[in-house]
Amino acid sequence: MSAMKRREFLRAGALATGGALVTSRLAFARVAATERRPRFVLVILRGALDGLAAVPPYGDRDYGHLRGEFALRAPGEAKGALPLNGFFGLHPSLGFLGQSYAARELIVFHAVASPYRERSHFDGQDVLENGTALAHAAQSGWLNRALAAAPGERRREAGVALGQNVPLVMRGPAEVTSWSPSKLAGLDDDTLARITDLYARDPLLSVRLADALMADRVAAEQGGAMVQDNAAAPNMAPATAAQPQANPPPGGAYAEIVRAAAGFLRQEDGPQVAVFDTTGWDTHANEGGAEGQLAGRLAGLDKGLATLRSELGPVWKDTAVLLVTEFGRTAAINGTRGTDHGTATMAFLAGGAVAGGRVIADWPGLSSRGLYQGRDLLPTLDLRCVLKGVLEEHLGIPPQPLETSVFPQSERARTLKGLMRG
Amino acid sequence: MQQLGSTIAANRFGLGARPGELASIGGDGRGWLRAQLRGAPPAIANAQLASSAQVLGEAFALQREIQQARRSGNDGQQKLPQFLQPIYKNEATARFQQAVMADRPFLERLTQFWTNHFAVSIDKQFMAGLAGSFEREAIRPYVLGNFGDLLVAAEMHPAMLLYLDNHLSVGPHSPAAIRAGLRQRGGNRTIGINENLGREILELHTLGVGGGYTQYDVTTFATVITGWSVGGGNGLFASGPPGRFVFRPDNHEPGPKTVLGRRYADKGYEQGVEVLNDLAQHPSTAHHIATKLARHFIADDPPPAAVARLAQAFTEFGGNLPAVYRTLIDMPEAWQQPLAKYKTPADFIVSSYRGLSLPVDAAHGPLAPFELLGQRTWQPGSPAGWPDRSADWDGASALLKRLEWGDALGGRLGSRRNAAELAPQLLGANLTDATGTAIARAASAQQAMALLLAAPEFMRR
Repeated sequence: MSAMKRREFLRAGALATGGALVTSRLAFARVAATERRPRFVLVILRGALDGLAAVPPYGDRDYGHLRGEFALRAPGEAKGALPLNGFFGLHPSLGFLGQSYAARELIVFHAVASPYRERSHFDGQDVLENGTALAHAAQSGWLNRALAAAPGERRREAGVALGQNVPLVMRGPAEVTSWSPSKLAGLDDDTLARITDLYARDPLLSVRLADALMADRVAAEQGGAMVQDNAAAPNMAPATAAQPQANPPPGGAYAEIVRAAAGFLRQEDGPQVAVFDTTGWDTHANEGGAEGQLAGRLAGLDKGLATLRSELGPVWKDTAVLLVTEFGRTAAINGTRGTDHGTATMAFLAGGAVAGGRVIADWPGLSSRGLYQGRDLLPTLDLRCVLKGVLEEHLGIPPQPLETSVFPQSERARTLKGLMRG
Repeated sequence: MQQLGSTIAANRFGLGARPGELASIGGDGRGWLRAQLRGAPPAIANAQLASSAQVLGEAFALQREIQQARRSGNDGQQKLPQFLQPIYKNEATARFQQAVMADRPFLERLTQFWTNHFAVSIDKQFMAGLAGSFEREAIRPYVLGNFGDLLVAAEMHPAMLLYLDNHLSVGPHSPAAIRAGLRQRGGNRTIGINENLGREILELHTLGVGGGYTQYDVTTFATVITGWSVGGGNGLFASGPPGRFVFRPDNHEPGPKTVLGRRYADKGYEQGVEVLNDLAQHPSTAHHIATKLARHFIADDPPPAAVARLAQAFTEFGGNLPAVYRTLIDMPEAWQQPLAKYKTPADFIVSSYRGLSLPVDAAHGPLAPFELLGQRTWQPGSPAGWPDRSADWDGASALLKRLEWGDALGGRLGSRRNAAELAPQLLGANLTDATGTAIARAASAQQAMALLLAAPEFMRR
């Protein structure tokens, strides 16, 4: 049934039950709440997160000497990893993800990589986002093309990028919008109308402005809660405006973004897909182990995910959150107590809709013969297998476009089945 | 009737027309740009700005103080940012002022282009205090010189060495590594190279990705520049003049090395300079630089023929930058599509300030617009620098913020600026009837200004 017809049907239903004054939109929201409407969050970790630190294979006999002073200990030991399956652990900073795993809401993928095999961040991110095997081979992203291929009518704002601009993965034929908290006063209606007129003949600006206003309306319906940035007081009443802070706490902007993502996805009539990114994973020097630079970053990330879950509330059960990075890092520590650019790494799929509590890894081992080019974790799983699995099972994207427009020439990357709860 | 040449010269090559600028350029946009290439690049005249050596020397000392205090249980963690942040503010404000006041705005844009090419980002330790002096010391004086000199100046600058971790990189067979290995008796050696700078020089600063280098070249080049370090640091890195480049022979990987098929004898620090000199003249470098310049001045996806001609000029004139710029100025492609480039937030802000003759007031949060509109000065977040395509900047939310900012600016200015009078002076031949009419019919001076700054032809250059 098309969205339009469904709306009419729902309105008729509302009228029949006596709700004559209920608008179609509200009726849609009320009834739709009872059916499953999947939400998807993509988090891009820019800078190449060290998969051997985030998900230490403490059971691998070569792990300890490769990582030296920064090797994480087995679960149960002092500052040890969090338990996964007896071979892999989670970095001790990832407490929320550890709980998610125990609650069977997290799948950990390891030795996974995009098709990219060089070591440039920028090209690596391009491949991660464009969905082909080559950097700069497409000017659009796989997630956008997937939304464009989704069955049925889609609302304009099916996807939202949290940030002022839209990352490559969300650019393309499907109309998506971006939103970020503003400390500026809004425009009055008259000025807005005149600017809209002025943009009438400008294909780029007219669409962008319309999308921005739509996102703002959705945000406004959240009563201003989305611009609140106070992680220390999560239950505070909605703030009227963000308080400019001279010295924002670390991760402050990130927390704000996470709340905004949740605010959009909570809406029954809002976007289903949200994307945001985080940076700072390029740990060439002084990476640290159970404590230190990377540990702090991971803790911030983990806290953000916990916030996302609590902010999503009942919608969490319909949600999948995928965390990916452009590539991994060297298996061994380098000369400056960090790690250089590598190849395979980990990915996380968390959420109430995920059939979790599993590690999916065809582990190549860390012996010198097992390493890729003698230095990096060898990829044994194409990340596109995971992406296809999530898009097909969770968002209902049919296999045919997945194999053609979304991930062209990817037939060897077979869809991973069974990632979602039935 | 304004001429298209002056409009493009001032808005695309320059930093946005100031009132009267288009008239003074007259019909000869190319001549106006060429004239800016004559004479030494202007320095930023501001006696308050300290050298990178001074800043870094003090920062290292402060770091030692903090570490000592920590041993006696005191937390002084905030002291370093408290020292570095005001330096950042002064430097970024001075740069902003320079851009708004510039009489040779093409040169100013080129300076920003090269700083972005050799990007450091203030989200890494010390960079808030160094990004400005890096630009003043390693970029600005070289923008009218030879690319090879610019390259060497940028890579040897302490800011770059610290930003890409080279100061701590140690050759695996260097005297320092051997001593450390003996001490640790084969234990967990964490002394060795860091390939970050070596990789980014090849990938970002010279050849470009796909420019014909391998992982072997990256690793070997990283060993070539082992020992390129900064003086006055902590622990093993204390010797040498504080905050200045220092070559540490003890950390340098000994022996000849082969990079891109050419063998370099070991001459200590000069080994690295020789590799840089060859990289500067490599055809891949010529193509890479030509592509970036063409993308910045012609279009997001510049015509391949234009890129080829720029690369040819780069090679033919041995990396002489003014010769490359003159080739660019002469290219018809650069003058054909008047609004091919979407402004970055920084372009939008600077062109607004220039166009409206606004003072950069150091006392009143002069950098706030950059933060609000999403492009904090010297914070691209990665060594790749800020991206340079429309799609990177034309997000819905980003647009709305520009509109809100322009409206707020109009509200503050009230009737002190006349948008209708300014429009032809700023937008020249690009001014459309639709924009002119909208401004003329505006309900208030504030709204007229909001419309001028919102105009499609003001969003682009």
